[in-house]
Amino acid sequence: MATKASRSAARLMMAPAVILLLGWMLVPLVMTLWFSFRTYLPLRGGDQGFAGFDNYVRFVTSSAFWPAIGATLTIVLGALIITIVLGVLLALLLDQPMWGQGIVRILVIAPFFVMPTVSGLVWKNMFLDSVNGLFAQVARMFGATPVEWIIDQPFASLILIVSWQWLPFATLILLTAIQSLDREQLEAAEMDGATAWKRFWHIILPHLSRAITVVLLIETIFLLSIFAEIKMTTAGAFGTKTLTYLIYQRVLESQNIGLGSAGGVYAIILANIVAIFLMRIVGKNLDR
Amino acid sequence: MGKITLKSVRKSFGETHVIPGIDLDINDGEFVVFVGPSGCGKSTLLRLIAGLEDTSAGVIEIDGTDATALPPAKRGLAMVFQSYALYPHMTVRKNIAFPLKMAGLDQAEQDRRVTHAASILNLSSYLDRRPGQLSGGQRQRVAIGRAIVREPSAFLFDEPLSNLDAALRVSMRQEISELHQSLKTTMIYVTHDQVEAMTMADKIVVLNAGRIEQVGSPLDLYRSPANLFVAGFIGSPKMNFIAGAEAQRQGCATLGVRPEHIDIAPDGPWQGTVGLAEHLGSDTFLKVDAGALGTLTVRASGEVTLSHGDKIRLQPQPDKIHRFDTDGKALR
Repeated sequence: MATKASRSAARLMMAPAVILLLGWMLVPLVMTLWFSFRTYLPLRGGDQGFAGFDNYVRFVTSSAFWPAIGATLTIVLGALIITIVLGVLLALLLDQPMWGQGIVRILVIAPFFVMPTVSGLVWKNMFLDSVNGLFAQVARMFGATPVEWIIDQPFASLILIVSWQWLPFATLILLTAIQSLDREQLEAAEMDGATAWKRFWHIILPHLSRAITVVLLIETIFLLSIFAEIKMTTAGAFGTKTLTYLIYQRVLESQNIGLGSAGGVYAIILANIVAIFLMRIVGKNLDR
Repeated sequence: MGKITLKSVRKSFGETHVIPGIDLDINDGEFVVFVGPSGCGKSTLLRLIAGLEDTSAGVIEIDGTDATALPPAKRGLAMVFQSYALYPHMTVRKNIAFPLKMAGLDQAEQDRRVTHAASILNLSSYLDRRPGQLSGGQRQRVAIGRAIVREPSAFLFDEPLSNLDAALRVSMRQEISELHQSLKTTMIYVTHDQVEAMTMADKIVVLNAGRIEQVGSPLDLYRSPANLFVAGFIGSPKMNFIAGAEAQRQGCATLGVRPEHIDIAPDGPWQGTVGLAEHLGSDTFLKVDAGALGTLTVRASGEVTLSHGDKIRLQPQPDKIHRFDTDGKALR
């Protein structure tokens, strides 16, 4: 029974958590907004007063802005396509009855638990390195010239690393979705004369559409802000400067907090647009 | 055409022999019901015929050709599943047309057959809805529609009515029977409900632990059950079994009398005390404690007003007494 007294007691008891959460979110947000309207150069005179919308204009008119957007989209889209396509295939594979299923499933999740910084370093030094890397060794074994992955194929390298990290997530969500499919539907389709491919296309894939949208939403939001992998491998060189990395450079390397904060506000707006857009798709899917 | 022959068909899952060996002939146009308690292998047998499970040994012939190794789609059979197994993301129209689309029929022919099936099953006004927007009975009809359009040589039903409520079950039962009358196609129907078996079947196959106990028309099974299992399974309420002295007096191990074949008579040979009396209006079911004979169920007319504790005498109809030997086989 929720009486008036118990409701207000509940509010009182929830208050610390809510206040903490709000503070955690609001303080940095307000600070970012505040700094974005200031000319604030820590090593060149400190806080020099209001700048109006100068920072916002400078951020988008800078020659680095559009390439950064391009780099972000390249990495996000590349990783999304790879994780979803391979995720569906891996989920189908893991759904098959096989010996050692439990262990294999645990192994599949493993990459998700590796810290981004660590996986960036491991990939750069152990796989992609043109002298000691595994890929270089394999290339030499076949008598080919090792590829300078980080220098010549920076986007492919980054997409590879990020996809490797996020594939387990996609696979797990899609695997549980496949397991929730009614087996009788597949048997009915088999009786109806649908080949394995048509069963996948007409029955399994539509069933997975909701799970795929969820993966798409969550991954996009996280992938928009990847940073450690870039910092550890290319450090923003070779055109791999994403929006997040550009903001980091503006603040720490150029020591221009005002300009970086303006970029941060753009990133917040962008992430929210994506979130609202994708929430609508998910909402539509959930209605069915 | 839809003649199906099973020759010593066996099925094992590892060490478990679900079906130790079955021979069965199903004639063209017959309505055959597989009935038995849960876990008796009736669904497995149906899935073997459908091709959804592989046989461990034996031969399945459909219309005289060996179909044992054929994939399900090549056997020309259509199946209606217990969960209906409709495709939730497709409209009713697309669900029904799915097998036709898979068979590569042109659009006009697809539309013609879907419209025809929908009119038979009263689904015409629901064609553009999704399965989620339909009631249980309507979903059942869509599942049947999806089976009809393929014009199969036989229909397989796997407990299709078990998810429906009692009233709907009776009307769907009649609809399926009528469908069989108009299509004249072989139908194999799996159920654990002996009432469904009795009301719908041309031929009932009673299964127990993967073995066929008896095959015959509903009235054959009712009038002359081959053994104790069939005698106890067919008929509602259950047949009374009497062992001991009374059975020995009549020269058998177990005596069987159906509740409807015991009359209440003032000079009957059996004496008992009424326990529970269930007044259904049309009938009255009496549980009678008959001493050494055990508890007997007696079906009396609705006019009987006996109640708990009344002493009565009972007279079994002499030509309706079934006698079984020590192995449970009927003595004739």
